[in-house]
Amino acid sequence: MSVFHRFANPNRFLKLTNTVLPWISGITVLSLLAGLYMAFFTSPPDYQQGETVRIMYIHVPSAWMAMFIYSSIAFASVCSLIWRHPLADLAAKASAPIGAGFTFLALATGSLWGKPMWGAWWVWDARLTSVLILFFLYLGHMALMNAFEEQERGNRAAAVLAIVGFVNIPIIKFSVDWWNTLHQPASVMRADGPSIDPSMLWPLLIMGLAFKFFYLVVVLIRIKSELIEAKLRKYRRAVVDNA
Amino acid sequence: MTRKSRRMYIIVVAFVLLASATALVLTAFEDNLVYFYSPTDLKTKQVTVGRSLRLGGLVEEGTFVKLDDGLSIRFSITDGAESVPVSYKGILPDLFREGQGVITEGSLNEKGDFIAHEVLAKHDENYMPAEVIDALKASGEWRGDEEGQTTK
Repeated sequence: MSVFHRFANPNRFLKLTNTVLPWISGITVLSLLAGLYMAFFTSPPDYQQGETVRIMYIHVPSAWMAMFIYSSIAFASVCSLIWRHPLADLAAKASAPIGAGFTFLALATGSLWGKPMWGAWWVWDARLTSVLILFFLYLGHMALMNAFEEQERGNRAAAVLAIVGFVNIPIIKFSVDWWNTLHQPASVMRADGPSIDPSMLWPLLIMGLAFKFFYLVVVLIRIKSELIEAKLRKYRRAVVDNA
Repeated sequence: MTRKSRRMYIIVVAFVLLASATALVLTAFEDNLVYFYSPTDLKTKQVTVGRSLRLGGLVEEGTFVKLDDGLSIRFSITDGAESVPVSYKGILPDLFREGQGVITEGSLNEKGDFIAHEVLAKHDENYMPAEVIDALKASGEWRGDEEGQTTK
C-alpha cells in the first residue's frame, strides 16, 4: 500500500498536480480541437444516417465518460471505506458533478439523435432507462454527501451508495445484448472488433481521449480547490483561537 | 484479522450478494424488460387481442403498400421465421424502408393483423461512409445484409 499512500499527503499531491496540470490541459485543448475538426469537417456522412451521424462524436464519448467516472467514484469509495484514504472522498466528491454533467449530455444528445433517426425523443427501453438511473445515482450521490452535519457521515453514506449503484454499470453496458432494445448494440467495444469504419472511428477515439483528459483536468482542479479550502478553514480557526 | 481486511470482506460479500440479487430480479422480470416482441414471440406467447404491445423486426421485402388516402400504409414485419401483417396511419421516420429494422407499437386485431399507432426505426451498429457503400455497389462487391441499403 506504500505507493498508494504516497499521494495521501496533500502537499505532495498538490505539488504533483501543479506539475501535470499544464501538460494535461494542453493535451485536452489539442485533442478537442483536432477531434472537433475531424468530426465536423473531415469525417464522412454515414451511409444510412447521413450528416446526423456527427452527433455520435459528442454522444458516445459522453456516455463513455458517464460510465467511466461512475466506476472511478465506486473505486474511490472502496478505497475510502476500506483504507480510509484521505483523498478518496475528495476525489469522489469532485467527480460526481462532472459525471452527472456527462450523463446529462449523453441523454440530451441521444434524445436529439433519436428524434430524426428512430422517430422518438425518448423510449423506455433497457439502455435508455438504465442510463437515466445512472443520472439519478449521480444526483443522489451529490445530495447524500452534503446531507449530514458531519462531513464524515455524508462521505460514508455516499460511498455506500456509489458501490451499490455500481451494479448498474454492467447493466448499462450489456443491456443492448441481454434484452431487445431500440438502441443498437455496441459498435466499438465488441468482441469481434469495431463495426465502424476507420474514417469515423478515429475522430470518435480522439474525442474520447479529449473528454477523458478534460475530466482529469477538471477533477484535479476541483480536488486542489477543496484542499486549499480545507487549509484556509484551518488557518481561520487558528486565527480565531489566537484572538 | 485486521480491521482493514474485515472491512474489505464485508464490502466484497455484500457486493456479491447484491449483484446476485439484482441478477435474479432481472431474470425474473425478463419479459417486462424486453422492449419489443418478435413475430415468433407473438405466435408462441398467445397474445390477447387488443392488448397494447410492441412488435419489432425487419420490414419484409415487397410487402410495403401505400393506400389510396396517401397516409395509410400496410407492410409485414418478419424475423426470418414468422411474419405479421401491420397497418399504420401516420408519418414514418426517415430510416423507414423495406429491409429496415423497425419497432411498432399497437395491438393485434381479431384477424391477426397488427394495428400500429406508432412506428420507430431501429438502426444497426454499423457505421460506414456513404461513398464507400456506393463504390462497393458500383463494383458489385456489396454483400451487406438487407438493412444495408442507401436511402438516396
